[in-house]
This record gives sequence, structure tokens and C-alpha cells, in this order.
Amino acid sequence: MGDHHHGPAKGLSRWLFTTNHKDIGTMYLWFSFSMFILGGAFAMIIRAELFQPGMQLVNPAFFNQMTTLHGLVMVFGAIMPSFVGLANWMIPMMIGAPDMALPRMNNWSFWILPPAFLILASTLFMEGGAPNFGWTFYAPLSTTYAPPSVTYFIFSIHVLGLSSIMGSINIIATVMNMRAPGMTYMKMPLFVWTWLITAFLLVAVMPVLAGAVTMMLMDIHFGTSFFSAAGGGDPVLFQHIFWFFGHPEVYIIILPAFGVVSQIIPTFARKPLFGYDSMVYATAAIAFLSFIVWAHHMYTVGMPVAGELFFMYATMLIAVPTGVKVFNWVTTMWRGAMTFETPMLFCMGFLVLFTIGGFTGLMLSIAPADFQYHDSYFVVAHFHYVMVAGAVFSMSAAVYYWLPKWCGRMYNETMGKTHFWISFVGFNITFFPQHFVGLAGMPRRIPDYALQFADFNMMSSIGAFIYGASQILFLYNVIATIVAGKPTSEAKTWEGAEGLEWTVATPAPYHTFETPPQVR
Amino acid sequence: MTTQSSTEYEKYYVPEKSKLAVCATIGLILSTFGAASVMNDMTFGDGATTGSWGIFWFGLFFFSATLFGWFRMAIKENLAGLNSAQLKKSYVLGMFWFIFSEVMFFLAFFGALFYVRTLVGPWLAGEGEGGRMNHLLWEGFEYQWPMPLTPQEAVGGVANQPIANMGTFQSYEKSMAFSEAAAWYLWLPLWNTIVLLSSSFTVHIAHMGLLDGNKRKFNIWLGVTVALGMLFVALQALEYYEAYAHFGLTLNSGIYGSTFFMLTGFHGFHVIMGMTMLLIQWLRSVRGGHFTADDHFGFEASSWYWHFVDVVWVFLFLFIYIL
Repeated sequence: MGDHHHGPAKGLSRWLFTTNHKDIGTMYLWFSFSMFILGGAFAMIIRAELFQPGMQLVNPAFFNQMTTLHGLVMVFGAIMPSFVGLANWMIPMMIGAPDMALPRMNNWSFWILPPAFLILASTLFMEGGAPNFGWTFYAPLSTTYAPPSVTYFIFSIHVLGLSSIMGSINIIATVMNMRAPGMTYMKMPLFVWTWLITAFLLVAVMPVLAGAVTMMLMDIHFGTSFFSAAGGGDPVLFQHIFWFFGHPEVYIIILPAFGVVSQIIPTFARKPLFGYDSMVYATAAIAFLSFIVWAHHMYTVGMPVAGELFFMYATMLIAVPTGVKVFNWVTTMWRGAMTFETPMLFCMGFLVLFTIGGFTGLMLSIAPADFQYHDSYFVVAHFHYVMVAGAVFSMSAAVYYWLPKWCGRMYNETMGKTHFWISFVGFNITFFPQHFVGLAGMPRRIPDYALQFADFNMMSSIGAFIYGASQILFLYNVIATIVAGKPTSEAKTWEGAEGLEWTVATPAPYHTFETPPQVR
Repeated sequence: MTTQSSTEYEKYYVPEKSKLAVCATIGLILSTFGAASVMNDMTFGDGATTGSWGIFWFGLFFFSATLFGWFRMAIKENLAGLNSAQLKKSYVLGMFWFIFSEVMFFLAFFGALFYVRTLVGPWLAGEGEGGRMNHLLWEGFEYQWPMPLTPQEAVGGVANQPIANMGTFQSYEKSMAFSEAAAWYLWLPLWNTIVLLSSSFTVHIAHMGLLDGNKRKFNIWLGVTVALGMLFVALQALEYYEAYAHFGLTLNSGIYGSTFFMLTGFHGFHVIMGMTMLLIQWLRSVRGGHFTADDHFGFEASSWYWHFVDVVWVFLFLFIYIL
């Protein structure tokens, strides 16, 4: 027993029944990419409708379903699972573990995702249509006025939450318990650190989201009055509970991205990460602060002034640890021997654009100013700068960075760089103008708009189509690499790369570190 | 976690391919899909739910059977000596963080309770910066907790309500508060507290017995714990019956009824889960002769869960029944 010198099984059963962290990571990554395409298709419909003022292609009800599903699919289907996939692939290899701590549960965490999204997507074909209340599903839009499909939405959120909780418990157990001898906490690669803290956030807030949708379910079907003032409840209660989940959620999305960038920049600057300790403490500080800032999403709801002030100052505090991080990344590059391969380009893009998104976040944190910005396209621009240029760019960087290690083949550098530049330009054409229309007063989540916003919206739509097309190039490049890329067997793909994952063979064998390495 | 000997690392058991995850997925998805369909049939459809119930029950059965097989396999692996000290620690961490996630789930409902009691109620009654709501929407509503009159009733029912909502909210005739009990010894929550707190002690005595290698003591006190758990569930069922049959207190009784039934209901559900876990450990010990003084994680995890359920009850007792 316990002798596992064998390769993967053949056929479909390899994927269905696998307990291997690399297989599961691969499934997560492909699943999240397919959700990225689906959510992207919804975004294309939105931008096509907004190409010109007036009602063009879809009716308003369907437009609302598109904005809702675009948000849900991108947050829960694309970004989160993609980083879980990365965690599965990389964490055991980075800490010298034979696998994840609880391999069968790992497989279960993945396999409940596709059917949950199948249920969510099938709501499009149900009577009354798909959920149409925005990805934040505020009551009473999601209770009193919701389409019947809301029940399926609620249960799919439950299943997604279960998947996240089990995945995070697995990551926590792996990091706490499976590190190779000598791999102390303060020697862990930063990607492992950011994921450990992310997993803690997930275990803390996904149950709160489950509580919120359970209250919705009870209000809709069983006559409770959590979100109904007529019974003594309050719709604003929903917003508080939702954002108690929702604000840590945005750090759940961005912290692993920070980790990725902290791995890649030192490699291509050929210098160790500047300020490792402060990076760890800054990550922890951001995680702590994320629990006490949730109401900055709801300044205009009618909170007491004391509440507005507390949440405003607490939110501004987050700029401090985030600033530490940006400073450290920049300082890592200072006087480095820099080269600009595709992963590095994406990290550069991340650094510039995420910082812009951070600054607009700071603008939004100012409560009196937020009364103007609230629910405008300025908010849409802000969070796409941090979600797309932050999370998605770093995910692209991660794929290019580790793909040679995963499949033993080198991607086409020219195509990778082309992907970056088209993405970068397309992204900015899409979202930069949205700052202006937002400041001028264009509200989000509407299918039609005043004529004064026409030019910028047309630019935005053209940019979105360019950005969307560049992702097809990405897909092509990845498949071309896996199928016919130039074989490479160098353990260390990148000259400046550090870490245990670069000490194993390329492509990474099916089982790595069955006996742990000694870390000095 | 500071001292790590390399012997711990020699064999970490990574299981072979396993069908468990896929089976559990089928069960989970069918039961949730079935449950959603049942609810939609009842609320939005014509009430015919036969097919949906079938999907739900089949899914639930499939799910339970898979979980049974899953735990059985985990136990077998441990008995076969596959679990190294390091692997056992993974289980410990897994259980700890699972309980932590459960704590956060309850926190959402407690948070709702506190928010409603300290902010929403007074605002609806015209206090503070939200006060205009009272004049414009809920004229005549006065706040007190428990809430003998919902805002809807205060304005004279749905017909006089200026805004829409789902359904009618009729307050209770009698609440669960101590002040409304006929005599202190007729106040069920007190007995529930005594029963559940003692069960936490008895499970601890059982644990002490096991650590001393005294299996007889372990079996007896664990049996007593399970019996006390059953008594608690029975008393809780009696309380619900009283509430519905004699107090007029239901899920529809405004926010007091909502928070009361959701908090005690989820707690009761967790008691049933914890009791089932302990019952299985008892059966394992009595029938299978499992557990030794230094290898009894199945029991230990269940007992942690039991203590967790107990702590939640203490907060419930304080914030639902007393304050």
C-alpha cells in the first residue's frame, strides 16, 4: 500500500474519479475558462445593445438578465475557480507536498461546480426568465419582485458556496500541514501566503452568503419577513449581510492575483521580491480591514452619519497596505535586469491598471463624493479596472508563466505578446471612457442612455469587441502550445525563477514530492 | 506546527481514483434541484409537486448513501493503518475550519437579529434619521421586542399598506419570553438549556473515560449524551407544537417569528446532525469495538461539533429567550 509510482488513468474516468491535484487544477482552469467565454458572451450582448442609444437588439428585461448573469458567471464561475485551479496546481508543488491534504474532497469541490452553473444557466430558459436583479441581488428586487427562477439561483449559490468552503478548507489544511521540512511560514512563496489568507476569508464569508440567500428563500416561499418592513424586517438588512460577504469577496478575488504578481515580477526583474515580510503583513492587514468596510457599498442607502464616517475612514485605511504592495513591486524592479516576456508584460499591465483602479476606489471611498458616483458607470469602470486588469490580467500572466511547466511545451512568444497588447489596448478603450460617462451621470445597468453619452459608449463597445476577440487568441495560443508547442524539458523555464516548482522535471510528473524535499 | 520531524512525512496516504466525489455530486445536485422545484411548484405553480419530490428524495437518499460509504471508507483506511500522524492532522484542521464556517453561518442570523432589534425596530417606529418612514409608511407602529404588532398590522393590514410586499404578517398571541410563561418550571427553554448543557458535560465525561482506557464508562456516558440530545430534540418539537397550536407564533409572525424559528430551527437541525454523529460513534464503539485511548478522532470531531452546538444554544438562550 501507499506505493503510487504510476501515471494517470486512461479515458474519461481519469477526470471523473481523479484525486490528483494536477488533474483537478487542470479541470478548474478549463472550466473557469469556459465560464469566462460564457460570461464574455453575455458582456458582448450588453455592449452590442449599448453600441448606440435607443433600444437596438434585446428588450430591457433580457438586458437585465444579461447584466446579472455576466456578473455572477464572471465572479463565481470564471475568476474564483481559475485561482482555485492555480492553487491546486501550484501550492503542493510550491511547498513540497505530495498532493492536497484531502484529495477526494478536492475532487468533490470541483465536480459540484459544473452542474451548479448548468442550473444557473438553465434559468435563461425558464418561465419568467433568468434572475434579473443584478449580481448583488438586492431585496426586494430578488424577493418580492423576483422571477420564479430565483429559487434555482438560490440553490446554485448554495452549491457554489459549498464548493468554495470545501476548497478553502483543503487549502488551509494543505498549507498548515503539508509543508516540507524547513518550509517555515515566512519562507513560503507569496502565492501560497496570499492563498492561505484568501482561504480564510472564504471560510469566513461564504457561510454568510449562504445565510443571506437562505433568508431570501424563506421570505419568498415560507412567509418570513427578514427583508420586508411590513413584518418588521428591512430590505437594507439584506445589503448589510450581502456586503459583509461581498467586500471580503473582492479581496478573495484580488489577493491570489497579488500572489501571482509577486511570483512573476522577481523572476523577470532577476531580483528577490522587495520587502517579503511587509508583503505578508500587508496581505493580512488588507484581509482584516476587508471585514470592517462593507457599508462603503451603500453610502446612499440612508445610514447614520457616524456610520458613513466610520466606513469612509476604514476604507481609506486599505490604501495603506495596498500602497505598500505596489511600492514593493515597483522597488523589486528598481535596477533589476529586466526582460519583458509575456507573463511580465501582463504583470506590468496589472501594475499600472490596477493602481488606476485602486485610485478610483479611493475616490469612491469618500462618502460625500460617492453620492455623485454611486451606481454610475464610474463604479463600473472602477471595478473592471481591478477585476479585469487586476485579476484576469494576472491570471493570463500565470498561465503563460507556468504553462511550460504544466505541459512541457513553450508557448509562442509573439502570439503571447500580441495577446497582451490587444488585451491592453482593448481593455482601456472599453473601460477608460466609462469613467467619463459615469462622472457625467450615466447610470449603470440600463439598456438605453441619453444622447450625450453616445460617442463614449460606442468607443466602449468597440473596445469590448477587441478585448473579447483577444481572448480567442489566448485560447488558440494555449491550445496550440499544448498540442504543438516547442517541447522544453528544462526544469527552470525562466532564468530568474525561484521556488520548489522549478526544481521538478518539466513537464511536471503526475506525482511530485512523494517524499518531501528538505528546504534550507 | 513549529516542530516538524521528517518521519511524519514519510507516507502521506493519497487515495487512488475514487467514485465518491462524483456520486456525492449527483446526490447533492439532484436533491437541491428537487428541493427548488418543490418550492417553485408550491409558490408559483399549481401545487402539483409529485415529480419534484421524487427527485428530491432520490437525490437525498443517494447523497446520504454516498456519505455513509465515504465515512466508512475513511474509517477503514484508518483501521488499516494508512493514516499517518500528518494525515490525521489534516482531518483535525478540516474539522476545525468546518466548525468555524458553521459559526459564521450562525453569525449571519444573529447579525440579522441584532440589526433588527437595535436599528430597524426603532427606525420603523419613528426614531432617529430613518424616522420619516414611520410617518409616511407605518403610521402608528410602536416598537417593542418581542413584537406584538407588526408594522403591517399597525396600519391596518395589507390593504392599507403603501408599499408592496409578499404575504401577510400576523403577530403572535403569546411569545416565548420568560415573562409570558405561566410558571418558571413550565418554561420549556429553561429545561432545554439544562438538558443541552448537561449533555456537553456527559460527552466530556465519556471522553475522559476513553482517555483512561475505560471503554465501559465511555459507552455509558456517550449513550447518555445521545439520549439527552434526543430529549432536547423532543422538547424542541414540543415547543414548536405549542408555538403553532397555542401561541399563534409561526414563521409568518413578522420578524420576531422569522428570527425565532430560523435561529432555533437551524440550531435544532445542527443538534440532529451532531446527535446522529455521536450516535454513529456510539454504535461504532459498542458494536464495532472502535476507538482506543490514542486513536478516536471520529468521536473527538463529533464531540467538538457537539460543544459547538451547545455554545450556539447558550447565545440563543440569551438573545432569543431572555433578553
